[in-house]
Amino acid sequence: MRQTHTLVVLVEDQPGVLNRVVSLMRRRHFNIDSITVGHSEQPGLSRMTIIVSGEDAEVEQAGKQLYKLLEVVKVTDVPAADAITRELVIVKVAAKGATRAEVIQIAEIYSARILDATPTTLMIQATGSEDHIDSFLTMMRVFGIREMARSGKIAMSRGTVQTKQGRIDRIGDGSYAVAD
Amino acid sequence: MVLADPQTADPQTLTEEPQPTPVVEILSGAQITCRSLDAEGVKTVFGYPGGAVIPLYDAIPDAAFKHVLVRFEQWAALAAVGYARATGEVGVCIATSGPGATNLVTGLADALLDSVPIVAITGQVNQALIGRDGFQEVDITGITLPVTKHNYLVRRAEDIAPTLKEAFYLARSGRPGPVLVDIPKDVFLAKTRFDYPTRAGRKSYQPNLTPNLRQVRLAADAIDKAKKPLIMAGHGIVLSNAGELFKRFAERSDIPVIYTLLGLGAMDEEHPLSLGMMGMHGHRHVNRALEECDLLVNIGARFDDRATGKVAGFATNAKIVHVDIDPAEIGKNIRTDVPVVGDAGEALKLLVHEIEPGDHSGWMAWIQSERNVALERALDDVPETPEPYAIIKAIAEITDREAIVTTDVGQHQMWSAQYLGIKHGARWITSGGLGTMGFGLPSAIGAKMGRPDLEVWAVIGDGGFQMSSNELATAVQERLDINIAIINNGFLGMVRQWQDLFQNRNYSEVAISAPDFVKLAEAYGATGIRVTKSDEIVPAIQRARSIKGPVLIDFVIDAEANVYPIVPPGASNSEMMHHPQWVPPEEDL
Repeated sequence: MRQTHTLVVLVEDQPGVLNRVVSLMRRRHFNIDSITVGHSEQPGLSRMTIIVSGEDAEVEQAGKQLYKLLEVVKVTDVPAADAITRELVIVKVAAKGATRAEVIQIAEIYSARILDATPTTLMIQATGSEDHIDSFLTMMRVFGIREMARSGKIAMSRGTVQTKQGRIDRIGDGSYAVAD
Repeated sequence: MVLADPQTADPQTLTEEPQPTPVVEILSGAQITCRSLDAEGVKTVFGYPGGAVIPLYDAIPDAAFKHVLVRFEQWAALAAVGYARATGEVGVCIATSGPGATNLVTGLADALLDSVPIVAITGQVNQALIGRDGFQEVDITGITLPVTKHNYLVRRAEDIAPTLKEAFYLARSGRPGPVLVDIPKDVFLAKTRFDYPTRAGRKSYQPNLTPNLRQVRLAADAIDKAKKPLIMAGHGIVLSNAGELFKRFAERSDIPVIYTLLGLGAMDEEHPLSLGMMGMHGHRHVNRALEECDLLVNIGARFDDRATGKVAGFATNAKIVHVDIDPAEIGKNIRTDVPVVGDAGEALKLLVHEIEPGDHSGWMAWIQSERNVALERALDDVPETPEPYAIIKAIAEITDREAIVTTDVGQHQMWSAQYLGIKHGARWITSGGLGTMGFGLPSAIGAKMGRPDLEVWAVIGDGGFQMSSNELATAVQERLDINIAIINNGFLGMVRQWQDLFQNRNYSEVAISAPDFVKLAEAYGATGIRVTKSDEIVPAIQRARSIKGPVLIDFVIDAEANVYPIVPPGASNSEMMHHPQWVPPEEDL
């Protein structure tokens, strides 16, 4: 079934690692909807959240191919039911005169924060699920969005443990690799 | 790591005075590179100097390994491939920055697709110039990202030894492949302590060597239950050096064996259970058996499209067991019922014990009855013009199938694969996945450097030979006993065959002229022999074997000889085409 998958990829923080990941996805014809990269809880490891859409088997293949990159430590296809995903957006919205109070009021509905104000605009930050952000932006468009920056999604699975193993696990139990 | 200050450390005083503690050697990056290769046990490297690697070449005369000067960097990479495949060791090639490095790309891609362990060392411009379009600067780590197993840009001299240690480890471990190490000129020149690491490995790199026993038992169960099983032998068996285990497995299970192009030689083709090559130019009975089998046990092959034909029509009645060291190969091209992830040798070790002794004589008899007898009989005819099959068979017979045979790409390659009767997998060196024309001669040079004890033949078309004929100079310079059989039809034969069969004989740009190959050989200082008649084949081969140094035989064959059978592109393996005259329709059911 073709659907959106959320891949959480832990990678060694090495120069060029983003290039390797993106290049692999392009080469194997996997389409990336969004990708975010940042630090993880472990020093030296970065965490990528890659949103891809495709058949389950295709995404499984993408995960296996990602494992072949030396820097990739772990790939998890977070099941949709388990995933909490968040996105951040910053918008610069036209807001002067009478509309100004209205913009602020709507921002409050979305638990958004005012970051900066000028006589003619407001800069607003909103966080939440993709739907939440989309809905917020729909409202802001009414007033006129001058500029917008969206972070792309980050994801984590529910529960007490680290993000659960998804469908893409290592097959076999190869031990720590040592030469000779 | 505490390092001696490279500015003040004097290597002379450090090495001349005997000291009770181990001597700390301060060496240049170039010297460290050479010492690292020596520490890896590298015997031979193939390379070509240039600006960015001048410091490296300054150190090479003091190295223990031998350097072979090629005539084009692409052939250095493919000589390294030939060396690696003949010896099982890591092949090494060296090129300078810029064009030297880009010329390696085809060889790296070849090694990636055929899982060949090679390490390429490229020079890079000074780090101060990187990103500024310096003279002969290219982003070779960027360029080779998709054609290497991994690559490195080394930024400090102290990183050279650990990087090379890891590069060799990566190249040869797990699913082998090419690794490129790019070293800027200033890193070659910088001095630091040399201390070659004894271990390599990373937490994130864990090749799956030992298969899961539960999966092995599922596979064994399927094998025990099958009525019409087939084994598909791939390159993984050869790479794992598991020929003996494989033979035991095949014999104990009594299952007939078919081969991919690179799987040939996994077991002796003259073994009673051997059926020959499958796929686009596979034998009739092999592809017929694929249609009929109820179990296909693929060991160490990746279900390449030239082997499978149209996927929807591949082994439609069969349950699929797939043994592969690379989990990404499982289910990539063909649905798999029982995946077994692990090294072919390790898997076979377990499988041999888990299976029951089998008896498939009835099934084998049916397969043998499907042989294209008419075609095989026709091959015994001796027309006046040298028949390509006769040349291949003569080479096999006269060398007792013990020689290393390399090929180029095209018709002669398929004729060789069909009729050499390959005995040893590591002595069959052909470009499978990438289909790299020009491969034949440089890989033969690499193979001969690696295995000087073995006779080496390069079977090459007249087109492919013209891509790498400059390497005759290398062969002569190194006084290599290589015999080159050019199968000369004046055409780019395989493309011409496709145009003949599938493009209404629209021969577009396939007629190719050539120099007088005999004179060309002589001009290089090699020996040239021309063969235009069938009865000259055997004497020419015998003469070539008795002459020292490179010998080229120009076999002039029928210009429009085709390779049969052929599965039309995009068709199922069951839709083989046979030679219209050789196979009367009533015989080819």
